Amino acid sequence: MSGTFVGMPGFPAFPSAAREAVHDTTLRGNLRHATHTIRAKRAKAVAEVSDWAELREAGKRIKDHTLRHLDHYLVRLEESVTAAGGTVHWAADADEANRIVTGLVRETGESEVVKVKSMATQEIELNEALEAAGIHAYETDLAELIVQLGRDRPSHILVPAIHRNRGEIRDIFAREMGDWGRPAPEGLTDTPAGLAEAARLHLREKFLRAKVGVSGANFMVAETGTLVVVESEGNGRMCLTLPETLISVVGIEKIVPTWRDLEVFLQTLPRSSTAERMNPYTSTWTGTTDADGPRAFHLVLLDNGRTDTLADEVGRQALRCIRCSACLNVCPVYERAGGHAYGSVYPGPIGAILSPQLRGTASEIDASLPYASSLCGACYEVCPVAIDIPEVLVHLRERVVEGGEVTRGGNKVVLRPAKGHAAERAAMRAARWAFTRPGALRTGQRLASRTRRLHPRTLPGPGRAWSGTRDLPPVPAEPFRDWWQRTRGGNDVKGTAG
Amino acid sequence: MRVALFLTCVNDTLYPDTGRAVVKLLTRLGVEVDFPMAQTCCGQAHYNTGYRHEAEPLAEHFADVFRDYEAIVTPSGSCGAMVRELYPRMGERARAQGRGDALAATLAPVVPKTYELTEFLVDVLGVTDVGAYYPHTVTYHPTCHGLRSLGLGERPRRLLQAVRGLELVELPGAEECCGFGGTFALKNPDVSAAMGADKVRNAESTGAEVLCAADNSCLMHIGGTMTRLRTGMRPVHLAEILASTKEEPAV
Repeated sequence: MSGTFVGMPGFPAFPSAAREAVHDTTLRGNLRHATHTIRAKRAKAVAEVSDWAELREAGKRIKDHTLRHLDHYLVRLEESVTAAGGTVHWAADADEANRIVTGLVRETGESEVVKVKSMATQEIELNEALEAAGIHAYETDLAELIVQLGRDRPSHILVPAIHRNRGEIRDIFAREMGDWGRPAPEGLTDTPAGLAEAARLHLREKFLRAKVGVSGANFMVAETGTLVVVESEGNGRMCLTLPETLISVVGIEKIVPTWRDLEVFLQTLPRSSTAERMNPYTSTWTGTTDADGPRAFHLVLLDNGRTDTLADEVGRQALRCIRCSACLNVCPVYERAGGHAYGSVYPGPIGAILSPQLRGTASEIDASLPYASSLCGACYEVCPVAIDIPEVLVHLRERVVEGGEVTRGGNKVVLRPAKGHAAERAAMRAARWAFTRPGALRTGQRLASRTRRLHPRTLPGPGRAWSGTRDLPPVPAEPFRDWWQRTRGGNDVKGTAG
Repeated sequence: MRVALFLTCVNDTLYPDTGRAVVKLLTRLGVEVDFPMAQTCCGQAHYNTGYRHEAEPLAEHFADVFRDYEAIVTPSGSCGAMVRELYPRMGERARAQGRGDALAATLAPVVPKTYELTEFLVDVLGVTDVGAYYPHTVTYHPTCHGLRSLGLGERPRRLLQAVRGLELVELPGAEECCGFGGTFALKNPDVSAAMGADKVRNAESTGAEVLCAADNSCLMHIGGTMTRLRTGMRPVHLAEILASTKEEPAV
């Protein structure tokens, strides 16, 4: 198995990680409030657009087309970026990407970088790699700042600090800001304006000092070599324009062929993510220019399991994702389990299908993620690029329980089933055996009916998972098929009373 | 019209009253109902847990049993969605894996003529008032597969609204999953139970006596949570409400 790394190794399986969150009433309250608020707003923002279904289909098609010809568009992008004065670097995995970025920062002689929120750099744990090289990385997105100051981990794609409430944030600011730079003002309250001002003052100092900026990108336009970031705060724009050197680390799937294609996503992304008609800041940057902006621009194109994912005909649709997080906000499982339970920077339904593809299904957490869903389908319904998440979940479940052929590190390998499914597999086979023999099913039903007074109220073994929190229905005295046969479908009047 | 009742293995074994209700209801509406005794299980639990090749013989068995009927009616949105949405995918998958068209050809005939009960009543029979009487306050939970896979829409509510004596009250957060999800309930018991408890609390807040749904599996989870939380509410399958009359009221 290749060592593609998407953060947080050795994490426990989803069910046990989720258990803690389910019983944390503050966390559940925070998540419930936040997801329900954004869910309702999103539905309203989407309903305003008369051609939403067409936009969704267009987004899906653009992404599918680009993924099908990814090799072509990546070469085109490299040509465009180079022609615009930028430098393109190719990183096969997290280690290579971290090595490239660390080297680039070292070349500048700087020991500090400012960062605009980037899933890709979280995925490869760039901050930790820079720290190991003696370089401090400062997160400047407000929510990322909260997470970094709180020595915490992000728990949401769009709102990394969604699990924190205002009071908790005030305490983190008051306690930690001084260790990182400008301290929080005296008498800081938990009002949104007070917290935003504290962050603004703290971050301004960093923006004005920084010589190196690190970003991700929401999109890369192949025809012009342009990168695009959409954001709400403007902090990202400060990172993109003020430093002398800009390093952008971007997953290879973020590409779109032309500027025209952005038309679709710049409508669907903000409405799906923040429920806004348009996000407050859309920044685009193309190479370098003489009079303004960074003097040097480096684009690090990150694979880290994406090409392997692309090789899977069903699973590859996960690469359409534009990281809007609508699927998280509508997911009843995410709402209860919280983002940390997913053991990855990609939580929620999209994380449940992306992480086990990027990292493989060998670890306990990755083998459990495809089951972190009730298959209710709400995620598919809201996805602006129509990723059929339930379909991919079932596809990955099969990989977990039965193994099969996958591509890892560019090579076809045959996976063995994950551990711990032997009893379940035997039960499924036995059930299939019985269900293809109506007589066997009937015998089982009759046995259950005749022994019904002996059935325990709580079940042993795997059944305990049910009877610990829910009562079981009583087994009826007679299964339907016996009633049907006895009464000839209820036509025998005497029998209907039975 | 003669139809086959596809009752589902869960209803057959644990909820025979739902089957009797469907027979009573359809008979009252002039439909001749047959129950093919060879029917077993549609294979959904196998398919959705990842044992898709174990589900194939079950789907083939289903197709063999039901092939010759004019229509197949099931009181389960979930099992109905299995046949209508996932059987075609099973066929496509076999084809993509180089196993030819045999599976697709076997399954294809039953797919378009399988109806969830409310679809059959509203779309095929063209009725919304089925002559039922049920003097209770009821809240309706649209189960996920009925809601999103089959797109049942307003059909169940329209049927309920036409029931005499019944007061229908809206369920807050109705479209949220109850947390059953088949083997999900066993694999992620804490999250599943938390979802179930929230569903039950929402139902309780309506003041209804009865929570109605068109899937007994979801009702098993919701009902088991109701008794554990001692709410006093009852889970009742939609078919049992629609079958209820003044002369023969549902329990």
